[in-house]
Amino acid sequence: MERIPILKMGEFLLVTIQVDMHDQLALTLQDDLTEKIVKWHAHGVLIDISALEMVDSFIGRMLSNIANMARLLDAETVVVGMQPSVAITLVELGMPMKGIRTALDVEKGMGALQASLNASRNVGGDGSTDF
Amino acid sequence: MPHNRLQEVLQKHEDSLLKDWLALQAATAGRRPSAAEEQKSAAQSREFLATLRQATEQGAGGDIARPEWASAREFLNAVSAARAKSGSTPTQTAMFIFSLKEPLFQRLRQEIGDGPELSSELWNATTILDRLGLYTMESFSRTREEVISRQQQELLELSTPVVRLWDNVLALPLIGTLDSARTQIVMQNLLEAIVETRSDIAVIDITGVPTVDTLVAQHLLKTVAAARLMGADCIISGIRPQIAQTIIHLGVNLQDVITKATLADAFAIALQRTGYTISRRAAPAAR
Repeated sequence: MERIPILKMGEFLLVTIQVDMHDQLALTLQDDLTEKIVKWHAHGVLIDISALEMVDSFIGRMLSNIANMARLLDAETVVVGMQPSVAITLVELGMPMKGIRTALDVEKGMGALQASLNASRNVGGDGSTDF
Repeated sequence: MPHNRLQEVLQKHEDSLLKDWLALQAATAGRRPSAAEEQKSAAQSREFLATLRQATEQGAGGDIARPEWASAREFLNAVSAARAKSGSTPTQTAMFIFSLKEPLFQRLRQEIGDGPELSSELWNATTILDRLGLYTMESFSRTREEVISRQQQELLELSTPVVRLWDNVLALPLIGTLDSARTQIVMQNLLEAIVETRSDIAVIDITGVPTVDTLVAQHLLKTVAAARLMGADCIISGIRPQIAQTIIHLGVNLQDVITKATLADAFAIALQRTGYTISRRAAPAAR
């Protein structure tokens, strides 16, 4: 069965979506991801959608759902690498996805996750704040 | 031959017709034309009378779409295009043709005398001149529309630059009224520039936007939301006091967006966010 790979990178999980999403795939991803967050004690999830040229309301809702599920398990979600055309589409669809954090690429997303993790553990010491 | 009379008159009275017509044109212009203008309109009028005569000689009737009128149409196209570009009013352009009626009808009457033939001849002549006049107006407004659409295009091209202020800080100075078409281009340019430069912060400066209504505010919010989805924060700067009042009166919610009064303030906060501090090397010399 088709699956979206979930990679462990330190305390974070990296999910790269490269194929067209459909219902079954989304459900499988939600199952796998929640399971792995618990299994590996992950504190952050990076979802890379830079390969997606087209996004509909279904994928938008799926991303929101995943972010909310991860938050329940104490992991923060960052969606990275959204294409300009995709961003415009989502806004025009009226889905600004207020609850989700975003970053330009995986590197920046990872930096943001690390920064907020440090801040919450209060061991950062570099005065970085969550924004 | 139904059109012989018109052709006869045009041939026989060409010079006096031209003279009266020019006088009428000058009278309707409302101001004294310069010598160059006078010469030009005399030349145009003479040429028009010649093409009109040619057309009637070929037996052309009231249907000006026929090939006999081709040269007349071409000539009128050129004249009205030139007038549209030189800023003549529609009335002035239309009167070029319509002022020919009075002298022409006079001559027709002179030739034919009162009678049943006169009214049918007058009808013929007036049909032709009316249609030619309408044709002139059509091509006049077509030229105008071409000018307008070209200017719109130019405005779109020149007014949406994205500039790089600092590492990872972009600025988008907006100038002129924002409509849907422009916003689309602005949004696209900004988002593409964000990807290209990997910028975290974009400053949208609306100092040059004359008015902000709900639609413009909506467009701004959309742009901000789209940039946020890609992982960049937007700061809106250059909000003039009047515009701040308007936004609140309209009930537009800009709470979720960082707003600053000036571009300088926005730049300062952008630098702070990207981890830079500004400091002076030495105290300024006392003056």
